[in-house]
Amino acid sequence: MALKMVKGSIDRMFDKNLQDLVRGIRNHKEDEAKYISQCIDEIKQELKQDNIAVKANAVCKLTYLQMLGYDISWAAFNIIEVMSASKFTFKRIGYLAASQCFHEGTDVIMLTTNQIRKDLSSPSQYDTGVALTGLSCFVTPDLARDLANDIMTLMSHTKPYIRKKAVLIMYKVFLKYPESLRPAFPRLKEKLEDPDPGVQSAAVNVICELARRNPKNYLSLAPLFFKLMTSSTNNWVLIKIIKLFGALTPLEPRLGKKLIEPLTNLIHSTSAMSLLYECVNTVIAVLISLSSGMPNHSASIQLCVQKLRILIEDSDQNLKYLGLLAMSKILRTHPKSVQAHKDLVLQCLDDKDESIRLRALDLLYGMVSKKNLVEIVKKLMSHVDKAEGTTYRDELLTKIIDICSQCNYQHITNFQWYISVLVELTRLEGTRHGHLIAAQMLDVAIRVKAIRKFAVSQMSALLDRAHLVASSTQRNGICEVLYAAAWICGEFSEHLQEPQQTLEAMLRPKVTTLPGHIQAVYVQNVVKLYAAILQQREQAAEPEAAQDVTQLMVERLPQFVQSADLEVQERASCVLQLVKHIQKLQAKDVPVAEEVSALFAGELNPVAPKAQKKVPVPEGLDLDAWINEPPSDSESEDEKPKAIFHEEEQRHVKQRQPEADEEELARRREARKQEQANNPFYIKSSPSPQKRYQDLPGVEHIPVVQIDLSVPLKVPGMPVSDQYVKLEEERRHRQRLEKDRKKKKKKDKEKKGKPRRHGSLHTESDEDIAPAQQVDIVTEEMPENALPSDEDDKDPNDPYRALDIDLDRPLADSEKLPIQKHRNADTCKSPEKEDVPVTEKKIKKLKKKEKKHKEKEREKKKGKEEEKVKPSKHKKKKHKKEKEERSKDKKKPKKKKPASDGAAEPVENGALDEDPLPPMSSYCLLAENAYVKMTYDIQGSLQKDSQVTVSVVLENQSSSFLKNMELSVLDSLNTKLARPEGSSVHDGVPVPFQLPPGVSNEAQFVFTVRSIVTAQKLKGTLSFIAKNDEGSTHEKLDFQLHFSCTSYLVTTPCYSDAFAKLLESGDLSMSSVKVDGISMSFQNLLAKICFHHHFSVVERVDSCASMYSRSIQGHHVCLLVKKGEKSVSVDGKCSDAALLGSLLEEMKATLAQC
Amino acid sequence: MIKAILIFNNHGKPRLSKFYQPYSEDTQQQIIRETFHLVSKRDENVCNFLEGGLLIGGSDNKLIYRHYATLYFVFCVDSSESELGILDLIQVFVETLDKCFENVCELDLIFHVDKAGLAGAPARAVSAVKNMNLPEIPRNINIGDISIKVPNLPSFK
Repeated sequence: MALKMVKGSIDRMFDKNLQDLVRGIRNHKEDEAKYISQCIDEIKQELKQDNIAVKANAVCKLTYLQMLGYDISWAAFNIIEVMSASKFTFKRIGYLAASQCFHEGTDVIMLTTNQIRKDLSSPSQYDTGVALTGLSCFVTPDLARDLANDIMTLMSHTKPYIRKKAVLIMYKVFLKYPESLRPAFPRLKEKLEDPDPGVQSAAVNVICELARRNPKNYLSLAPLFFKLMTSSTNNWVLIKIIKLFGALTPLEPRLGKKLIEPLTNLIHSTSAMSLLYECVNTVIAVLISLSSGMPNHSASIQLCVQKLRILIEDSDQNLKYLGLLAMSKILRTHPKSVQAHKDLVLQCLDDKDESIRLRALDLLYGMVSKKNLVEIVKKLMSHVDKAEGTTYRDELLTKIIDICSQCNYQHITNFQWYISVLVELTRLEGTRHGHLIAAQMLDVAIRVKAIRKFAVSQMSALLDRAHLVASSTQRNGICEVLYAAAWICGEFSEHLQEPQQTLEAMLRPKVTTLPGHIQAVYVQNVVKLYAAILQQREQAAEPEAAQDVTQLMVERLPQFVQSADLEVQERASCVLQLVKHIQKLQAKDVPVAEEVSALFAGELNPVAPKAQKKVPVPEGLDLDAWINEPPSDSESEDEKPKAIFHEEEQRHVKQRQPEADEEELARRREARKQEQANNPFYIKSSPSPQKRYQDLPGVEHIPVVQIDLSVPLKVPGMPVSDQYVKLEEERRHRQRLEKDRKKKKKKDKEKKGKPRRHGSLHTESDEDIAPAQQVDIVTEEMPENALPSDEDDKDPNDPYRALDIDLDRPLADSEKLPIQKHRNADTCKSPEKEDVPVTEKKIKKLKKKEKKHKEKEREKKKGKEEEKVKPSKHKKKKHKKEKEERSKDKKKPKKKKPASDGAAEPVENGALDEDPLPPMSSYCLLAENAYVKMTYDIQGSLQKDSQVTVSVVLENQSSSFLKNMELSVLDSLNTKLARPEGSSVHDGVPVPFQLPPGVSNEAQFVFTVRSIVTAQKLKGTLSFIAKNDEGSTHEKLDFQLHFSCTSYLVTTPCYSDAFAKLLESGDLSMSSVKVDGISMSFQNLLAKICFHHHFSVVERVDSCASMYSRSIQGHHVCLLVKKGEKSVSVDGKCSDAALLGSLLEEMKATLAQC
Repeated sequence: MIKAILIFNNHGKPRLSKFYQPYSEDTQQQIIRETFHLVSKRDENVCNFLEGGLLIGGSDNKLIYRHYATLYFVFCVDSSESELGILDLIQVFVETLDKCFENVCELDLIFHVDKAGLAGAPARAVSAVKNMNLPEIPRNINIGDISIKVPNLPSFK
């Protein structure tokens, strides 16, 4: 064996290391793939070795190959092996590889939980650091849940290096396990004032990132951030905070007002461009939020615009880009101040840098008006022609369409011009936005009735030239416009000049090369055209011509019937049969045109895209109810085959009866309603009369304004949008003249004697331009009672949604993070290298079981939740209220879960179906009066051996506003309140918040403790000012803080072998207690001890369990708990006899209550 | 947040890549290729920002890059990052590499991938949680006295 090892390691000397691999790859440029596959084979061999160094080397090489695009997930298990190496050099390689290739789907990832926990609590900060860094890349919901508590402890690590990393990784944990946010938040908040700037900026980052998604929950932090902003000199932190304020101000305009001044100061004083830029950005956000309330901030806007202009004019392209970016934000609310810089924007449009041109395009969007639209679009069209690179051209195209169609086409005065622009755009090759153009064509043709004739003529020309357009048949390509063209020509065929020609164009053999969905539209519209032509011919009494058209159809349609596209085939064969039938009728000289046209009678109205979704559910319709009774599962066919027939007959009879009797039906409906009303689980429809479904108004109800055409509709020759520019100018000129004339007349009439003002003084303003066509743009139809809701656009799968959690509510202690207690089922041993996989596999199995169970529970809860939530869908009016309710609903199960889980966890192998424990709370009452109620909990942490944190929940029970709260405590020799630096022993510590009526919040105070072996009591006073309508009074509340010995214990898991060693060592003193008259089950008893006394179960056999805990000063406490008939005996061993004595006394008190 | 850090050479060969969202190896290569195509087309004297668009995540994202000799350093970030800040960060990252390798060049990255990865540790910690945190570095950036603490590599090896 030893020989083999030596031989192995000598062999290994000739292994490739990473450098060799890289060199090798560079030397095999021609057959790189082959060389690498050979290397992978070698690596596989190396991974089979026992030597961890060899494995690490192999994994290191794999990591490199992963970067080159090779899948290395097959080596996941080996990576875990390397991660668990004791030497840091190897461990680092393992974690690096894991961070590169592990993800939620990696199944072996659950094996890492214990390893990571071990590394996190490692004495070496680098071990901890590398574990944190790695974990951040592959944390899964399971890992997050299991490790949240460990990471939270690390947030108060002594080394800033670890604290910083722990704070950052908490963000990832929150994302994966949102329940951890509330328990961890107070500590995260603490870190905002960490002495180390790195930790501080990490905390700022995490909170900014959280607040960006759900800003309203973080408004209460604004004062703290404001303080940081005015005091911090770290530009990175400042940038983040300023960005955060940008997200907060829309929710709280008062904050904005406060911000303006310091921000303006910063703008003036800072030399860092990045900071300046962010300040300007936030000032803009503030101004936007203020714009409705406060009109007078023109100075600030001017300042911003002016600074931005400097940026844009800078020769540095980066600044130019950012300047334009920020400018576009101002544009939305203060278009006037931006329009002044139109020259600059147009100039940027010619910039050689594409990014900058794109930004300038964005700005153009807000700069168009009726007056300059034509001119700007003309400029853009010339750019379209010049542009190389399809992305930029596509961007231009979408911008043109955006600009023209914005606000319901409000800037377009001449739709003929717009249609010709669209037609011109179809000449673009290789664009991906054919469907956009098509959609615009359809939209305009349908909604602007006056333009239909012109549109139809253009579209038929387009169909004629289809071969030009259809050369590229890729989906979404420009051929999409044929879809629109075919539809428009078909639907509005009455406007066609030469329908026959268009029909022939649509039946060309070339058409079959188009994509299926376009062909389908072709087939459908060919019939519409055909109907129109028949009508024409029959009216003109030319039966032969009509038969010719039919003949043409019969000849050409088979090409569509043979199509591979199902839709086309179906429609075509349908149509073909129809036409053949018509042919027969025609042969008998029967007039058919009327009937064929009847196929397409009626007009189609534009319908808003969201209309379908908004149709309210009519009263009495329950979409979730069964229409027929669901077939029961137990019914099996071969059991009683005959009975089925028999029963069915019976049922038949039953069903027929109500149908016959109308009265009976009404009666039953009434009864059912009654029943529904009494059934709490039935979702009632809202009684509001608005909800009643009404018939949609017919076409004639849509308001259509008369159109006054002053421009000849037919433009000679091919329409080029440029012609319109000229035409438009002429028209305007004419209009102006006319106006002047009218004015002149008026003036002449009214004030004959007065000298006339000069006519040329007249300047054209936007309002003066009368549109060429008084166009009514038909609004899209929406169903009656459709309520506007902004919820449509929210993505239910957004991971940040789960983090929308109220953070100001004080923590219920049931919300504590699940503290990992040892799963004691099989006697686990400390993981040593060899048996890691074995034990962990066991754990894995266990976990799976547990998971399944939990999932079931979760599903049940979900079901209930859904039932509760459902009604809200129907009552959108009470939107807000319901939201609250919903969140309550959500919180309820959340609250319960950790408590019951936490209690059941340590003993979960026992019968889970035993009676559940009532939710436990470790918060006990401190003091109470008419104004305020105080509850508190004391916790220690292993990192600080002489400190405990007292969390006090203050609840305002009065109707007054409580402020200036201050907590003062009479220190004892042993226990002292940690006060801010510089304050004397008699000073109180201010509570960092105020309490509006009915609100509660949690404050934390740190105490230093010298000796922890005895319990102590401290007297103290809470003083505060209660302010209500009548005035304010100064109030006091005395209390007594009880520091039990238990509060110095910190739950620490312990392995059974370590536990045994500890007991064997013999330097523990022993003591025991016995309590009689206990009826509680052993499992619940253990859970209680674990919860209230911070112990964890090491091992449990029947009605006997060993438990372990550790004090903040490192005393080991071991317990042996035995349950007899009606009694429980507790034997304790501890490194300090006095501590043990007090602990057992406390435990006796707890047990006596059971 | 930083979504990805990509370093590749003038021919699009990846030299160091780090994604902070799980992607399959194929997608990663695809992203690197497309990023390279976008970036390599651009002139030297145009701005350093690119709308990444479809690449990673969505329209909220930007590519911020710098080109040094034969290498492109590309950071893909979302809107919560300061554009100019990231540019400075890239500068710092490169300077850190420079200190590690003394006149860093592409070959250094090729042959010391593991060390380069580690040198990026500050930048990595940044992105470890896809966040900016450069405790030592940020204070200096705008002032100009850069004093970077490079993790002492030799002790690790």
